[in-house]
Amino acid sequence: MDWVKANPKTILSGAHFIDGNHAACEGAIAAGANFAAGYPITPSTEIVERFAARAPLVGATFLQMEDELASSIAILGAAWGGAKSFTVTSGPGFSLMMEHIGFAAMTETPSVFVNVQRGGPSTGLPTLPGQADMMQARWGSHGDYEVIALSPNSPQDCFDLMIDAFNLAEQYRNPVLFMMDESVGHMTEKVVIPSADRIDLRPRRYTGLPASEYQPFQPWTDGIPEMARIGEGYRFHVTGLTHDERGYPAINAQTQQELMSRLIGKIRNNAEKIARTEEHFIEDAGIVLVAYGITSRVALRAVQMAREEGIPAGLVRPVVVWPFPEKRIRELAGQAKAFIVVEMNCGQIVNEVERSVAGRARTVLIPHSGGAVHRPEAILDVVREVARWA
Amino acid sequence: MGVTTAVNPVEPLLRSDRMPHIWCPGCGIGTTVNCFARALEQSKLPLDKVAVVSGIGCTGRVAGYLNFDSFHTTHGRAIPFATGLKLANPDLTVVVYSGDGDLIAIGGNHFIHAARRNVDIKVICVNNFIYGMTGGQVAPTTPMGMSATTAPYGSFERPFNLPFLAESSGAVYVARWTAFHVRHIAHSMAEALRKKGFSFIEILAPCPTLYLRRNKLGDGLDTMRYYKQHSVIKNGASTRDLDLDVQGEIVVGKFVDTERPTLQQAMDQRYRQMLKDRYNGWRQP
Repeated sequence: MDWVKANPKTILSGAHFIDGNHAACEGAIAAGANFAAGYPITPSTEIVERFAARAPLVGATFLQMEDELASSIAILGAAWGGAKSFTVTSGPGFSLMMEHIGFAAMTETPSVFVNVQRGGPSTGLPTLPGQADMMQARWGSHGDYEVIALSPNSPQDCFDLMIDAFNLAEQYRNPVLFMMDESVGHMTEKVVIPSADRIDLRPRRYTGLPASEYQPFQPWTDGIPEMARIGEGYRFHVTGLTHDERGYPAINAQTQQELMSRLIGKIRNNAEKIARTEEHFIEDAGIVLVAYGITSRVALRAVQMAREEGIPAGLVRPVVVWPFPEKRIRELAGQAKAFIVVEMNCGQIVNEVERSVAGRARTVLIPHSGGAVHRPEAILDVVREVARWA
Repeated sequence: MGVTTAVNPVEPLLRSDRMPHIWCPGCGIGTTVNCFARALEQSKLPLDKVAVVSGIGCTGRVAGYLNFDSFHTTHGRAIPFATGLKLANPDLTVVVYSGDGDLIAIGGNHFIHAARRNVDIKVICVNNFIYGMTGGQVAPTTPMGMSATTAPYGSFERPFNLPFLAESSGAVYVARWTAFHVRHIAHSMAEALRKKGFSFIEILAPCPTLYLRRNKLGDGLDTMRYYKQHSVIKNGASTRDLDLDVQGEIVVGKFVDTERPTLQQAMDQRYRQMLKDRYNGWRQP
C-alpha cells in the first residue's frame, strides 16, 4: 500500500514543552484526523479542548456531543463520510463507548478511541491515574472481536504512537484503542514534532473497482475489504448485524462463522506484525519485568537500581498491548527464571504474561490499586526477593 | 408489437435482491417506504448523494431495503451517526429513518440535541405505538390504557407528543401524517428533503401483529379506515395540542416550517467571525 506524507500546513513542527494530552491531540492532527467528537471527562478533556481550538485552523471539525454514546458513533458516521476520526474519554465514558467499539469492529470502521485511564471502578478517582481498563479494552464490548491497543509512556510517545494508531486503524480497518493514563496525560515534557515529510501516513483503502463489481465486505488479498467512497454511486449497505460480502444481513451460523473467522483472523494472523515491545537490559536478564504506560518508566528505574546491585534484571514494555506480544514473552521464558509484572491495577496483564510463559518460569505480580504510581523502591524490594530464589 | 414490461417506478430505489422484506402483512412501514421513494423522485435530488441511516427495530430495517448508501447502526444511535456523517460530508442528503422506540426512547437524548443544534438531517419516525421487533413491549408513545407485553394491565404512562417535542427542541420542519395519507407523506418528505436543517416527520402506522391484535383494534385495514375517518388535517396547528389518545381525533398536517441557521452554517459563521482569514474551513477529505 502506498504511504502518503503528512500535511505540512497542519503540523506544529518543532520542539514543544507540553503534556501528554496536548501531544496526543497534535499526534492526531499530524496523523490527518479531521473529525473528533467528545464529551468532557477528567482527566482526558484537554485533548478535545485543544482539538476544539485547533480544528478550524487545520480544516477539521470538532463537535461536543451530548454523551459518550453519541461521541463514539458520531466518529463512525464521520469515518464513513470520509473523515479520519477519533474520540477521547476516560473511565465511565469508556464504559459507555463499548457498544460502538463492537460496532466499529463489526463494520470494519477505521477509528481511534482514546482512554486516558483513571482509577475505577465507577466514578473512582477522576483526577488520579489507573491502568485498570486494560481488560475492558480487550473484552469490553459483547461478542468476539479483536482490537489493537497502544500504551504510550511519555508525551513524546503520545504524539508518535497516535500516528501509529491512525495508521493501524486504516491498515486493518479496525478500532484502535489509545490507552493512556492520567500520569502520562498530565505529565509535561519536551515533545519534538518532526517536519511533515518525516511523517508517513496510511491513506484510506478505497476500492478502484466500479460499482457493478464491488462488494463492500469482500476481502482483498490480505483479508481486509476495501471501502467505497460514499456518494459516488456504490450504494453500499453497512450493518452491525452478521452480514455477507454484499453487506446484507445473513442471520445464520455459516455466515457468522465466515465473518468471525475473517474479522478475528485479520488481527490474530498479523499479531506478530502489530505487536511491539520496547526492551531494556534484556540480553542477559534472568528476571524480566513487564510493565506498560507510566508504570514502565518506574519499572525501568527499579531495573537500573537492581543492576547497580548486580541483579540481572531487565524490562519488557509492551508498546502495543493488544494484540499481546505473546511470542516475545514466550521466547524470553526460555532465558528468564522469573517474570515480574508491574501494573496499576489488581492484576490484568499478568494473566497474559502467565499464559504466555506457560509454566516455564515463575510469574509474580506487583499490583497497585491506582491513584499513584508505584515507588521504584517497592518494585526493587520484590526484585531482590525474587533474585534470592530465582 | 413489442412486449412492454411494467416496472414499478420505485423499484430502482429499492434493493430488490433483498425481497421479500421482513414486515408483517398490514404493517404500515412498507407504505411509508413507498412514499419515500416517490418523494425522492419528486425532489429531483441527485440520488447518489442520498444516505439513509437507521437504528434498530422494524423501521430500523428500512435502510437495508433502500438502494442508497445506507447504514443500519446501533439501537438509538442513528441520529449521532448521521450527525457525524453529515458534518464529515456536507454534500450528502442524510435521512434518518427509524421507529418511535429507537428514536424517542433509547435515542431520545440524541433526538432533542440534534434538533437543538439544527443538524441538517431529515428524521422520519414511523410511530406504531409499540416495540415490534422484540414482540410488543410498551413504548414511550403507547397511548394510556393500551396493553403491551410489558404493560399487561395497560400503559399508565403519559406518551410523548412527538411534534411538540420536536418543535420545542428546535426542529425547523415538523409534520405528522398517518399511513393512510400517502400523498401527503410523499409531499412532506419531498419538502423536508429540500429543506435545510433538522426536519421531522412522524408517521402513525398500524402494527397488526402486536399492537392491534393485543388491543383488539382489528387489522391493518381497520386501522386505515380509522385513520381515514378520524384524521383531521390542521396545517399550522399548535404542536402543544397534538396529544394522541386511543379513540380521539388524530390531528395531522404540517405544523412547523421555519428557517434558522443549520449547525454547519452557524459553526462556519462563528469561526469566520472570530478567526477571519485564519479560518481553514472543512475540506472534503
